Amino acid sequence: MIKRIFCSLLLALFALPAFAAFDVAQLMGDLAKLKGGKAKFVEKKYISLLDKPLISTGEMNFTAPDRLEKRTLTPKVETLLLDKDMLSIEREKQKLTINLSNQPEALAFIDSIRGTLTGNRAALEKNYLLHLSGTQDKWVLTLLPSEQKIAALVLRIIVSGSKNQIRSIEYLQADGDRSVMSIEPVELK
Amino acid sequence: MKMTAGRTFLLWLLAMLAGAAIVWNTRFTADMSFFLPSHPTAEQQVLVDQLKEGVVSRLLMLAIEGGEAEQRAALSRDLRGRLAKMPEFVSVQNGEAGSQEADRAFLFKHRYLLSPAISQERFTVAGLKAAIANSIDLLASPAGMMLKPMLARDPTGELIELISGLNAGAQPNSRNGVWASRDGERAMLLVQTQALGSDTDGQEAAINRLRSEFAASAEAAGITNAKLQLSGPGLFAVNSRATIKDEVSRLSLISSIAIIAVLLFVYRSFRLLGLGLLPVVSGALGGVVAVSLAYGSVFGITVGFGAALIGESVDYSIYYFVQSGKTGLAGWRERFWPTIRLGVLTSVCGFGALLFSGFPGLAQLGLYALSGVITAAVVTRFVLPQLSGKHLKMRDLAPLGRQLEKVIPAIHCLRWPVIALALAAATTLFIQRGELWNPELSALSPITQADQNIDMALRADIGAPDSRYLVVINAADREAALQAAEKTGAQLDQLVRQGLIGGYDSPARFLPSQATQAARRASLPAEADLRRHLQAAQQDSPLAAKKLDPFIADIASARHLPTLERATLDNTSLALAVDSLLLQHGESWSVLLPLRPGEQAIDVPALKAALAGTGALFIDMSVEFNKLYNDYLHEATLLSLAGLLAIVALLAVTLRSPRRLAAILLPLVLAVVIVIAGLHLLGERLHLLHLIGMLLIVAVGSNYALFFDRPSLDHHLDPETLASMLIANVTTVIGFGTLALSSVPVLHAVGVTVGPGAMLALLLSAIFVPRETAA
Repeated sequence: MIKRIFCSLLLALFALPAFAAFDVAQLMGDLAKLKGGKAKFVEKKYISLLDKPLISTGEMNFTAPDRLEKRTLTPKVETLLLDKDMLSIEREKQKLTINLSNQPEALAFIDSIRGTLTGNRAALEKNYLLHLSGTQDKWVLTLLPSEQKIAALVLRIIVSGSKNQIRSIEYLQADGDRSVMSIEPVELK
Repeated sequence: MKMTAGRTFLLWLLAMLAGAAIVWNTRFTADMSFFLPSHPTAEQQVLVDQLKEGVVSRLLMLAIEGGEAEQRAALSRDLRGRLAKMPEFVSVQNGEAGSQEADRAFLFKHRYLLSPAISQERFTVAGLKAAIANSIDLLASPAGMMLKPMLARDPTGELIELISGLNAGAQPNSRNGVWASRDGERAMLLVQTQALGSDTDGQEAAINRLRSEFAASAEAAGITNAKLQLSGPGLFAVNSRATIKDEVSRLSLISSIAIIAVLLFVYRSFRLLGLGLLPVVSGALGGVVAVSLAYGSVFGITVGFGAALIGESVDYSIYYFVQSGKTGLAGWRERFWPTIRLGVLTSVCGFGALLFSGFPGLAQLGLYALSGVITAAVVTRFVLPQLSGKHLKMRDLAPLGRQLEKVIPAIHCLRWPVIALALAAATTLFIQRGELWNPELSALSPITQADQNIDMALRADIGAPDSRYLVVINAADREAALQAAEKTGAQLDQLVRQGLIGGYDSPARFLPSQATQAARRASLPAEADLRRHLQAAQQDSPLAAKKLDPFIADIASARHLPTLERATLDNTSLALAVDSLLLQHGESWSVLLPLRPGEQAIDVPALKAALAGTGALFIDMSVEFNKLYNDYLHEATLLSLAGLLAIVALLAVTLRSPRRLAAILLPLVLAVVIVIAGLHLLGERLHLLHLIGMLLIVAVGSNYALFFDRPSLDHHLDPETLASMLIANVTTVIGFGTLALSSVPVLHAVGVTVGPGAMLALLLSAIFVPRETAA
């Protein structure tokens, strides 16, 4: 941590302001300004057993700091609601509620999204090593699980976006399957 | 034939020895059956079975406090490891990952026999297409995460089908991989004992084992401030027994010491004291013997009542010693014995009424007191005179009596104030009649409030099942029971779809009836057919049929899986689930289907309507408990009235004078009213034992009132008699009053009611004694 701060200080000193490297702190600062918003998503899951990717579409609604609603409209209607640490999934009259504080792996997974959405660097760094590349207009944040238990599920998570907008989230799972979610903002708060 | 003193003593001694031998072999219990109905209805029978041997009665909740979260989690894991190996515990759960692996493996292996979705249609082209498409859709959702690794073997999603029916209830919180309280400050475990809930010794052994293993575990881990808190029906039973055991000796000791002190002060002779205690010891022994012979076992609370019996039965020897000193034995028999006998009979009426109670604890108390009083009276009448000889060296109590004689006219002026007081008391009771009674059966329970609070806290933290609503079906054998469970289950499924209930548990979920298993197995297709159907079904699916060879292999092996028996479930926690829901009573079987409420509370009439005519019984345990108590209360009211009537009838027949009858009853009734109002004003919430106490005020108090009646017939009420009444009253008040010190509500209520009631009965009888007979 201290090293990181030291590095960025060093960069700030030596780089010219116009070419200031875009760093994690800045990105987090930008993301934290977002108080919520609504977006459409298209999620593609590439599963080795299946010949074609699975495509689902729907809407996402985020209210900072900890309410995220994901409404899948196709192929089947499903509502996923994350409210603080309670995750509920409603599907065909069935409702499943999970307390995430009981499921540290799942929580780490969720925190990758929530931490990015809210620019919560501490939450992200608890479970992941962060690596940022690109510019403020087109950045790519790579999350590498630092804990074995999470690494056994997901190899890495790549979040890319522009300014404080997340445009895609890609999960590469440990078994080689992956999913890519593209996000199209509809409105911002 | 004239009995000699020696022979009488020998006979008495023999009887005592025989009694002692019976008592020696008697089993003393302190379990819930004290409170459970002896003639239960079908609904109550379920309640009784659940309390005695139901799974809930065998659950112990554990909370580990102190140390850091990681230390608590480590302790929880270590404790689970230790306990799981022990035969005393059937299951030990702490939420550890991996602890459910065996269950999951079992469900997966037997999914084609267990899944309710299995039918011939499931394996047609259309059925396969729909089921597999559904699984693929599920993969798109986070809910499908767990499905993916098994997709090739279970493309129709049978495991999901099975698991979605399970564990829909709230799961406890979790910290560091094990269950924790809601605030995370305690690690939680749920333990099921091998011993039945009604086996208090077994529960005690299990609890001691738990505590010693925890201490060893904490010591091994070097955590000095770790504490174990536990609760559950087993602990309640063990604690209650300890409390009752402790109180029985403590109360009897207090009562004995106080009474012995009074007697020593009065008699100033150890010989008289010893003789005087003879009827008491005989009575106490006789009571236990009678109960033991009639019921086979004796409740600890019953023995606790002995403290009161000591006070009551010592009266007879007091009367004898004090009264016969002047008149001699023959005179006493002729002059006083009839009055004493009548007093004994009124007491018998009072205690005897309890014999008819369906509340076993009450019936035992009645029998115990009844036989104790009769034995004491018989020993006083027939044994005591033989042993004490003709020349009783008794301190002259006439001076005390003469002082009392002076007091009586002086307190006559209190008549109107007493009546006014009683009227005020009656008015208070009438106005506040709605708030007098404690409507809960738990009012009688010896479990302390502190224990109840701990229990509630642990229960909330762990989300332990409360099984308030049950559907019960009876059947002739296991297969019929399981088939009935499936049939009713199908109806309940509809109610779940309608949203009337949230879900239900059924033993048939893990152990389907043989018929159902056979039908499911028969619907599994042959390999060639399955291949053909899959080919057709998966043509346009992203999941190609050629990738489903593991599925085909699993179906082929499932066709030859042996039928599931109860023993197949061994070593999984499902065995426990089945055993707890499928019960055998002798020749017959019953199935319990606990219901879980959905979004809204369960609509009982609608549910009953839905189950009408199916032979399935719907039970709301909480309602049954309250109904049980109300039945007891209702019955106790009737019994008290019957007992009162019997006493009145007995007195009416004996006295043959309405005026004398009224003179005896008036002070007793006033005493009852004043005592009850007093208790109410002191904040005591009345329950059915207070009601019984009222009857006993009349039954016991009449003994004193009768002496005031006696003189009006022929004799003058002499000072010795007055003195003996006072002393007898003091001992009775001490006896019953001691019970008021008890923390066991049953004993406490009788104590606070009868203690002051007996005292008031004497005082009021003296106040209301007719003037011409007073002195």
